[in-house]
Amino acid sequence: MDKQEIKALKKQATYIRKHIIDEVYSAASGHPGGSLSCTDILTTLYFKEMRVDTKNPKWEDRDRFVLSKGHCAPALYATLAEKGFFPTEDLTQFRQADSYLEGHPSMTYVPGVDMSTGSLGQGISTAVGMALAGKLDNKDYRVYSILGDGEIQEGQVWEACMAAAHYKLDNLTAFLDYNGLQIDGDIKEVMSPEPVTDKFKAFGWNVILIDAHDYEQIYDAIQQAKTTKGKPTMVIAKSIKGKGVSFMEDQAGWHGTAPNKEQRDQAIAELDAFLAGLEVE
Amino acid sequence: MSQKIATREAYGSALAEFGVDSRIVVLDADLSKSTKTDSFKKKYPERFLNMGIAEGNMMAVAAGLASCGKVVFASSFAIFAAERACEQIRNSICYPNLNVKIGASHAGVTLGEDGASHQAIEDMAIMRAIPNMTVISPADAVETRHAVKAAIEHNGPVYLRLGRLAVPTLYDESTYSFELGKGVTLAEGNDVSVIATGYMVHKALEARQMLESEGIKARIIDIHTIKPIDKEIIIKAAKETGAIVTAEEHNVFGGLGSAVSEVIVENCPVPVKILGIKDKFGKSGKPDKLVEMYGLTAADIAARVKEVLKMKK
Repeated sequence: MDKQEIKALKKQATYIRKHIIDEVYSAASGHPGGSLSCTDILTTLYFKEMRVDTKNPKWEDRDRFVLSKGHCAPALYATLAEKGFFPTEDLTQFRQADSYLEGHPSMTYVPGVDMSTGSLGQGISTAVGMALAGKLDNKDYRVYSILGDGEIQEGQVWEACMAAAHYKLDNLTAFLDYNGLQIDGDIKEVMSPEPVTDKFKAFGWNVILIDAHDYEQIYDAIQQAKTTKGKPTMVIAKSIKGKGVSFMEDQAGWHGTAPNKEQRDQAIAELDAFLAGLEVE
Repeated sequence: MSQKIATREAYGSALAEFGVDSRIVVLDADLSKSTKTDSFKKKYPERFLNMGIAEGNMMAVAAGLASCGKVVFASSFAIFAAERACEQIRNSICYPNLNVKIGASHAGVTLGEDGASHQAIEDMAIMRAIPNMTVISPADAVETRHAVKAAIEHNGPVYLRLGRLAVPTLYDESTYSFELGKGVTLAEGNDVSVIATGYMVHKALEARQMLESEGIKARIIDIHTIKPIDKEIIIKAAKETGAIVTAEEHNVFGGLGSAVSEVIVENCPVPVKILGIKDKFGKSGKPDKLVEMYGLTAADIAARVKEVLKMKK
């Protein structure tokens, strides 16, 4: 990736982050922390890697994406809207009774959403099903998923990981958004999933460790996964919860709390300042 | 009544028969010899995927496959399918209305010797309460074959309740026609209606013979589709016979009796007696012995008919 491309992704990710803040602010509810931590992964997937068609969201040969940590719908919706699946103006209708933008992703109502998620641990299993379908049909589409680090406390995640390795699903790439925080606090205090790398390796996955906010590392991990045969890939992406908004960074309290007007304005101002900084780079 | 065949047996045969449709993928959770999906596995090994003893994962994997255009049959015992994996069925299959068919075998106490831990007596109540779900409880092998075909043709989730025990074949393949959501009047009668499902349908026919000798003419209705239920046939039975007994191998709460009563109270109130398992767990034993212990015999149905007739105006 050249500097221009990285700069373009940074800009794109910042637009998405601004939408996340406004979605959660206008809904007065939602999950900003984890949405901001997985934004750069989503941006790289949808704006650099994935084969999708906004005019034909159900295109059979498209790459699939499952947001297993479904509560980070604001990040997915903002990405899909920026990509062109639906108008960005609709984003502020997030979580409203007369809107199609459900609190957690719905494949029934939201164009571009490949699977309805929200109940933790289930999304990764559905991604396994999609990857199996790809193998059965000899299709070359790839399946991507993002898991939360708290989410892997769900036993079903490990059932899914066992199945993915058993069926040698090398068309499946999952990201672990490792921000270290869950609702009740530090994941290591709530219920430590460590040693995470060893666990996924022991379950038969190709494991890659990256910085979740470094586009080159994200992109390289995706490419490495594509050339890995006979194994699914787990990209353990060390992230910062609330990334991009100073007062939200690394704060468990922003897991599922909406900003008030003042906080919203400050967050948007910070993100706008970041965008302005990119222009003068 | 001719040959005895278990509905799970007919399920496996039907999957093998209709498996020529390449959209069909069959999943099992290490019970393929018991759920009889091994019949499909033998014929189409490439489209049979064992998911191991992990039912929750199996249901969500099924959802993922279905989202890619597959017609997925996911099988296990009813207790592990409907109950262990309930929330996966609810959130990953029914909420997005995906094309997953759940083949749930060994339902009810007629599972026998494995006992209470394995006997699903709540599954119809649970599955019936989930939006988008269709619930089918076939009475014999012929009806099961048609139910599998209907499940393939129906776009959306289906729960197929199957039994372990061999049961009499009630229908003739050459004349039987199955319509999803439509009950079958097996015998006419205007004194009382016995509405039964699954294993209890042949018991209801036996009860009819017992009652006939006492001059009571019972109409026998087989409700194979618990949801959406056939309101028309129930209302007609209520109006024409004025009293109803329901019979199911399931807890008396939430299953066929509840579904029939919901239709009756809103449309045409008449006395109803609900025969089923009286809100207690099953136990180990020979199936026939358990059927007696849990009050699921033809004589039990006949006794309930006499009770409801006393309430009839």
